[in-house]
Amino acid sequence: MNGKRHLPLLLLLGLVALLTLAPTAAAQDVITDDQVNEVAKDLYCPVCESTPLDVCPTQACKDWREVIRTKLGEGESKTQIMEYFRVQYGDRVLAEPPRSGFDLIVWVLPIVAVVGGAFFFARYLNRLRATPPRDAIVPATPADETPPPADDYLARVERELRESS
Amino acid sequence: MIADLGRIALLLAFVASVYAVVIAVYYGLVRRDERWIASARNANIVIFPLILLSCTTLVISLVRGDFSLEYVWRVSSREMPTYLKVTALWGGQAGSLLFWNLLLAAFTALAMLRHWRREREHDLVPYALAVSTVTQIFFLGISNFVENPFLRLATPAVDGQGLNPLLRHPGMIIHPPMLYLGFTGFTIPYAFAMAALLSGKLDDTWIKLTRRWTLVAWLFLGLGLILGGRWAYDVLGWGGYWAWDPVENASLMPWLAGTAFLHSVMIQEKRNMFKIWNMFLVLLTYLLVIYGTFIVRSGVISSVHSFAQSAIGPLFFGFLGIMLISSFVLIVVRWERLKSHNQLESLLSREAAFLFNNFVFLGILFATFWGTNYPIISELFTNEKATVGPPFYEKVNGPLFALLVLLMGVAPLTMWYRTSLKRLGKMTRWPALAALLILVALFAFGVRSWVALLGYGLLAFAAIITILEFARGTQARMRKGESAWTAFVNLTARNRRRYGGYWIHMGVVIMGIGIIGSSVYQQETQVQLQAGESVALGDFTMTFRDVARFPGPDDLIITEATVDISRGGQFLKQLTPRTELYTRSGQPMTIPSARSSLTEDVYALLISWEPVTADRATFKLYVNPLINWVWAGGLIFILGTMVASWPDPEPRTQAVARRRRAVVATD
Repeated sequence: MNGKRHLPLLLLLGLVALLTLAPTAAAQDVITDDQVNEVAKDLYCPVCESTPLDVCPTQACKDWREVIRTKLGEGESKTQIMEYFRVQYGDRVLAEPPRSGFDLIVWVLPIVAVVGGAFFFARYLNRLRATPPRDAIVPATPADETPPPADDYLARVERELRESS
Repeated sequence: MIADLGRIALLLAFVASVYAVVIAVYYGLVRRDERWIASARNANIVIFPLILLSCTTLVISLVRGDFSLEYVWRVSSREMPTYLKVTALWGGQAGSLLFWNLLLAAFTALAMLRHWRREREHDLVPYALAVSTVTQIFFLGISNFVENPFLRLATPAVDGQGLNPLLRHPGMIIHPPMLYLGFTGFTIPYAFAMAALLSGKLDDTWIKLTRRWTLVAWLFLGLGLILGGRWAYDVLGWGGYWAWDPVENASLMPWLAGTAFLHSVMIQEKRNMFKIWNMFLVLLTYLLVIYGTFIVRSGVISSVHSFAQSAIGPLFFGFLGIMLISSFVLIVVRWERLKSHNQLESLLSREAAFLFNNFVFLGILFATFWGTNYPIISELFTNEKATVGPPFYEKVNGPLFALLVLLMGVAPLTMWYRTSLKRLGKMTRWPALAALLILVALFAFGVRSWVALLGYGLLAFAAIITILEFARGTQARMRKGESAWTAFVNLTARNRRRYGGYWIHMGVVIMGIGIIGSSVYQQETQVQLQAGESVALGDFTMTFRDVARFPGPDDLIITEATVDISRGGQFLKQLTPRTELYTRSGQPMTIPSARSSLTEDVYALLISWEPVTADRATFKLYVNPLINWVWAGGLIFILGTMVASWPDPEPRTQAVARRRRAVVATD
């Protein structure tokens, strides 16, 4: 009986305690926008094409950023969250294709092309040099002996000055 | 009514272009009848005024608000300011293709008016006319029969849908026309290259003829790219200016190929080598222009710019295929005659340096092309569309750009035929040492990012060498008795191509300083503030004052916040970042507000504010170091290109005129 009488008071006390303590409790796992953006910037908006999730102003993207916030609050890591989005919405949410499976080709091909290109380019240059000269305009003197700034420019300066005087 | 006039003019332009090609090819080139060639040329020149008339009527319809036209209804609305109504000409699919046609016709008509009388050119012009007009036929065909801007709605509308909010910006006046001028301009060098192949006049006449055209197209394309970056920075609200978006890449790719071409033609002019290579590069540039238009117009690779999707994809693809195959066949047919018998003397020569340059440019081009198209490829093979975002391009293209800067430094020191390692070493020793000192100084000042250190080291190296080139040239002139200033001015004025080129290089260096600074050292923070609260970022503090919501023009609702920016307790500037909501389309825009200085921009965004939460608003704040160097460098870049492409007084015609007068006098 006694306890029942005190119930409202207890409830009130409990409510006061909750209200005063709650903000401090929440403050400990408040996830800042910067923390959210740190994850979101490496994800792409699954709806708007070519827009990173951290800058997309649409409502859908706001909601997705809240998902990130919740997950960060639950202690998930950036990798885990990115994996979650990848499973949910497909590879397209990743800012760069994964370096595995078929998508490996996006990374390998440019390297192969540049290295392979360099190889053929070098061979081509060598062949060009190997062809015997059929050209009469080979300078008679080794270029070493031509005076340092001996480009067409100085000749032109000389000519102009001669013409103008 | 007036729109019908435009529609008829557009059809006549198509008829004239078909006439021009048929007559030029059959009667002119097969039957060799001069009179018919002249007729084809006249038909070609008439295309431009016809399309101009067509464009004018469309603009009049837009400004008057003739919403019985589907195009007008789609891209404009009564409340739009007049300048946007005019620019809506290129604000949608059908109109922008019509505008493409206009600019192409302008370039072709100018080329036909200009290159006609001189004898050597005379042989090339009919072929060039046919080739560029074939391109015109394709685009006019699309404008007439697939994407006609003069089609009418079944029932006239009272008001239009309005222009895409992303495009409602003064940048709309200048950015798309510049880009389109760049795109269409490259048709002229391509047409003359094909003319050389078709006519068998394979000497470098076509290169000399089109050198300036190429530079002008390249100038406009560069200007378009820079303005596009600035526009994105001012409007898109993500703190940057270049996102490697497919549509941005679409205009960068022809620029890359064109830049390679601009450098390599010098080898042909000087050494009569690499004719096949130059043909290939000019073809590549042209195809990338068409391909770029295709990407933007067809929406094949969806992107933020894909506001204009339609079913013209297959047509573009077919046209690209036809031009690619026929041009290749032509090059193969002339292969033996194009082969050069001159040899490369040394890997340390100007010609080799230009080849290295070409190699790196094409490397960047390939990586960009691959990254841009990879989403389609992955969708084809894995049924899942991948995203290729900025990290990919930064990783792959970054090292290649670094190599390019190194080449930009060394290449101007090489000489034609050969340069000895000793001489090159002697000339690069001091600049390299000075660059190294700058690098050490940067390190001492706390720069630790190896990307920044390497980048700035290379940029310093290239800058010092370029400045020394200016100094050497100026000194050479001063020795002949000119004052320092006159010598410096004359240096560029008398050898515009070379020193214009160096100005361009300096522009690139300055842009590079800004690009590295703003990308490596960008700082950002996002925070919710109550009125009166502050947030600190770097040396700066932003204090939120208040926020207001009010209706803007048209269907716009503007929410504008007022914030104070200060540094070390000292007030700097009040900023007003805002969000704009176009209620009809529901599209939100985040418009930044920035405090700009030579050292950095403080760039504020209003992310959200809801009246319910009263005085709390969320902001994003960026500090973008050195970003103004990007724009300053861009300006120098453009001025340098203008110097290099400024027309010479024509010494040949003057000489001819003098000789003629002399002949008359002796008679």
